[in-house]
Amino acid sequence: MKSKTVICRCEDVTLEEIEELMEKGYTSMDEIKRITRCGMGQCQGRTCRTLLLAELAKAVKTHPAEIKITTFRPPAKNIKMSVILGGIDNEQNG
Amino acid sequence: MKHAEIAVIGGGPAGLMAALAAAEMGAKVTLVDRNSRLGGQLVKQTHKFFGSEKEYASIRGIDIGRILATEVHKNPNIETMLNSTVVAYYPDDGVLGIEVEEKKWVKMKAERIVVATGASEKYLLFENNDLPGIYGAGAVQTLMNEHGVVPGKNVLMVGAGNIGLIVSYQLMQAGVNVKAIIDAAPSIGGYWVHASKVARLGVPILTSYTVKAAYPNEMTGALERAVIWRVDDRWQPVPGTEKVFNVDVMCIAVGLSPLAELLWQAGCKMMYVPELGGHVPVRNDNMETTVSGIYVAGDVAGVEEASSAMMEGRLAGLSAAKSLGYDDGTYEEKKAEALKELENLRSGPVGGKIRKGLAQLAS
Repeated sequence: MKSKTVICRCEDVTLEEIEELMEKGYTSMDEIKRITRCGMGQCQGRTCRTLLLAELAKAVKTHPAEIKITTFRPPAKNIKMSVILGGIDNEQNG
Repeated sequence: MKHAEIAVIGGGPAGLMAALAAAEMGAKVTLVDRNSRLGGQLVKQTHKFFGSEKEYASIRGIDIGRILATEVHKNPNIETMLNSTVVAYYPDDGVLGIEVEEKKWVKMKAERIVVATGASEKYLLFENNDLPGIYGAGAVQTLMNEHGVVPGKNVLMVGAGNIGLIVSYQLMQAGVNVKAIIDAAPSIGGYWVHASKVARLGVPILTSYTVKAAYPNEMTGALERAVIWRVDDRWQPVPGTEKVFNVDVMCIAVGLSPLAELLWQAGCKMMYVPELGGHVPVRNDNMETTVSGIYVAGDVAGVEEASSAMMEGRLAGLSAAKSLGYDDGTYEEKKAEALKELENLRSGPVGGKIRKGLAQLAS
């Protein structure tokens, strides 16, 4: 079995893939997210966000506080389409 | 659309105390929690707490959770929504989107919101960090303390903060062999009382060590061997300092980061403060964020421990109620008391990191 270091468990993104991208000049969290889906899976980046932040800061030699992090949009976790598609019928009014 | 005077999001130590404090002042509270029972992570805490009687010192965490949950359930001012996850805050109209029992969508407009969503576990990057047998400390606690299942036979604990130390002790109570506790920092991060307990039982605590790699059993594919190495004072690993442990479990307890999605969605001003676990909300001493009407408490406001989470919760609950006009004349006194408790909890050498982080946040 080939060794790997996993950075995003939900989308199976490895550190190696991230490092290759950084070498090519992709050094923003948004770019890396769009290319690899890092942070777009089941947990919505709860585990990998801080790891990616640290790797990016290291690569561009800056403080993690200086790295712009990706936008947070609802819903904060994955929910079934049927929950919303039920529309007004599913809405509990009270 | 549902309406609430005060919505408290999260029913852990901070949220429970916030709900009780706001209700005590006379406000109507809706407490929302994603789990099927209240208590948050308190349910996993089999050890006795410190602090003063206000934080239920010398009572086990799991019992504190029960006591607070019982008080919440019998309080006529508090409505509880369980199996309900707040997944959205829409800043245009301040409406919360709540997924209920994974099948209903409930919208709620609250006059005040206390976000007490807690934190999630941090992880580490090393070769084969996804092998079966590598757990977060929270998962180990869930397995053992909630379900009565041991994770394996031989454990390498990564992290000598309070969680790493306490979970090591709990593993040993369950008859599991803890081979060593390692930490990349040059000193033990947790309380000495917890460290001494495991050290007395013969568990080596190796500081300035980190994980280099994990290796699987060829038959099962699960963890069989862990290799650690020393880091120098610039956190760089030193080749030649490797040590090998034959373990079927590695438990990662390297800290928590605040679960602040809702605060980001709301546009609260956030600041990166490593001492507090990462990005945390800027707030005033009432625990109100930069978005008026949104309060924070507990680990989401900066990772600490359950006792201070409870006091922050109380402070946030009192302040949210006060801002709606609920004050029988006791607010100032109760607020001062909660602030004093927090100051006591954060005094001493272990609180140094928190004090530094909070000072940075206030600057």
